[in-house]
Amino acid sequence: MTYSVEIKELQLNFGAVNVLQNLDLNIHEGEFLVLLGSSGCGKSTLLNCIAGLLEVSDGQIFIKGRNVTWAEPSERGIGMVFQSYALYPQMTVRGNLSFGLKNARLPKAEIEQRVARAASILQIEPLLDRKPGALSGGQRQRVAIGRALVRDVDVFLFDEPLSNLDAKLRVDLRVELKRLHNQLQNTMIYVTHDQIEAMTLADRIAVMKGGKIMQLGSPDEIYNRPRNLYVADFIGSPSMNFLHGELVGGQFKVDDMVMPMTGYEFTSPQVADRPAVIGIRPEHVVTGELAQKAPLQFDVDVDLVEPMGSDTLIYAKLGQHPFRIRMDGQARVKSGEVLPIGIDPSRASLFDKATEDRL
Amino acid sequence: MVDMTLQNGPRGPKPKRAFTRANIFIYGTLLLVSVYYLLPLYVMIVTSLKGMPEIRMGNVFGPPMEVTFEPWVKAWSQACTGINCDGLSRGFWNSVNILIPSVILSIGIASVNGYALSNWKFKGSEVFFTILIIGAFIPYQTMLYPIVILLREIGLMGELSGLVLVHTVFGMPILTLLFRNYFASVPEELFKAARVDGAGFWRIYFQIMLPMALPIFVVAIILQVTGIWNDFLFGVIYTKPSTYPMTVQLNNIVNSVQGVKEYNVNMAATLLTGLVPLVIYFASGKLFVRGIAAGAVKG
Repeated sequence: MTYSVEIKELQLNFGAVNVLQNLDLNIHEGEFLVLLGSSGCGKSTLLNCIAGLLEVSDGQIFIKGRNVTWAEPSERGIGMVFQSYALYPQMTVRGNLSFGLKNARLPKAEIEQRVARAASILQIEPLLDRKPGALSGGQRQRVAIGRALVRDVDVFLFDEPLSNLDAKLRVDLRVELKRLHNQLQNTMIYVTHDQIEAMTLADRIAVMKGGKIMQLGSPDEIYNRPRNLYVADFIGSPSMNFLHGELVGGQFKVDDMVMPMTGYEFTSPQVADRPAVIGIRPEHVVTGELAQKAPLQFDVDVDLVEPMGSDTLIYAKLGQHPFRIRMDGQARVKSGEVLPIGIDPSRASLFDKATEDRL
Repeated sequence: MVDMTLQNGPRGPKPKRAFTRANIFIYGTLLLVSVYYLLPLYVMIVTSLKGMPEIRMGNVFGPPMEVTFEPWVKAWSQACTGINCDGLSRGFWNSVNILIPSVILSIGIASVNGYALSNWKFKGSEVFFTILIIGAFIPYQTMLYPIVILLREIGLMGELSGLVLVHTVFGMPILTLLFRNYFASVPEELFKAARVDGAGFWRIYFQIMLPMALPIFVVAIILQVTGIWNDFLFGVIYTKPSTYPMTVQLNNIVNSVQGVKEYNVNMAATLLTGLVPLVIYFASGKLFVRGIAAGAVKG
């Protein structure tokens, strides 16, 4: 099977700094891949390398089986959408959409037809003769997507396209993007630091850190079975609770608490005793009647309560350790209370303390 | 008694008084300074409109009793410099012939320089830029003689084209800096988008960057037009009497030691020479300030 985009042993150095280190990544035909990471992790750099806007130091890039490592951006069969829209301010929307096609010396009729098609897909027909300055943020971003669309490319590259929009519009456009992907079935590579965008849009997510891919997997895998401590901590809001302790004979011990890890799927059948870290998502902690049925039961001291409308966030103490719990929005808990909680070890994550890898 | 404060207290916009002490001080100072600067201009204008007999009567500030435009005509077309007695008109056309190609060439080259230095960084581009900027700090005087030799060797000494070359070269550091800083403030993503759209070096320059850079072009034109028009040093050194620019010719008219000093002609000649930069400043004052501010952002 050929991949849509293949990246082989890609390296990029800025002077002595290794921005990308020996990176391998294969992206399937029609896949929506999200590159996720905090700023400076190299995700935008990787996207720029795929686009051909940055010269790589070593390695190869294939698009549709063709080696494009040395090819110009326009020869790669990619379309790109930028965070700041990057519309040409002196041209009308029509001019913006057709600029690339004119550069490619396409016949006039063909250009018009493609512009019309893109405009109808994105519903920007009434805007065609306006200049970008007269458009709202959401309309501008739609035009920017249109500019990639008209070029009839194999691969769409998105560089944090929704980050400049206000919160409500961002959600709307996110849905539209997903719909667009369902409709076009193109390969899309999408860079973001927003994990909600990543979780909702992606077929697969590549979590990046320091120029390396920490984990590549479906949103479900990334969320439920993070491969290491970094991914576990990065994904989820509020972030995972971590307790540092010991793994002894299949039981996790922290202070005087003992948690038998029954039902937990270890990555290998035989796991030796060692210092370990357990990660428990705040939303996987149960309270009330459910707590009494849970395999593990503890009492926590409630420190602070944050009602958020849909949820209530509880900052508590489990023994000596700070512990966050996400409860229903209707939960009536007061600070100072003792709250019985329940934990299911099969939904927890266990990491080696030294290597930070999943056990 | 409690609601008194709401009914009788201050309400609505605060009244502004015209004659506060601060206002009187500010406007008084402004008035004084403008009189100080405008008085010489006034003296020049009235003197240029008087006949010589009236000037000899000595009433410098008095308006002309009999308005005559003869000094202006004489300054433009009859005043003598050396053996040529065709007035300032010769210098004016020389200056125009120097000005237009110098402005077009220097701005054309500098804008491409600035564009390349900010968007198409190449190995050593920063070093190149630094060297260029150092050029802006070297006093012109140190380079006068070497340029004489250079122009002589390439056969352009005394020619208008030689002076055009000199103006183009000397305008390069500051103009390149101006354009580089302006293009550096243009979002990089715009440039990237154009590259993805398949545009090359020149297409991006002409179709994307140039239309966006109009304000900075206006600034550059103002800088160059006034600078080159007002130049005296290069003009007097690198040209010969028949190709003297207007400023040099003005100097020769005003400072001629033979015959009667015709103050009215001198004043008219000076005003004529200063007219071009004056018009430029009046026509584009606001744009000029805006452009300077725009060029200053981001190093």
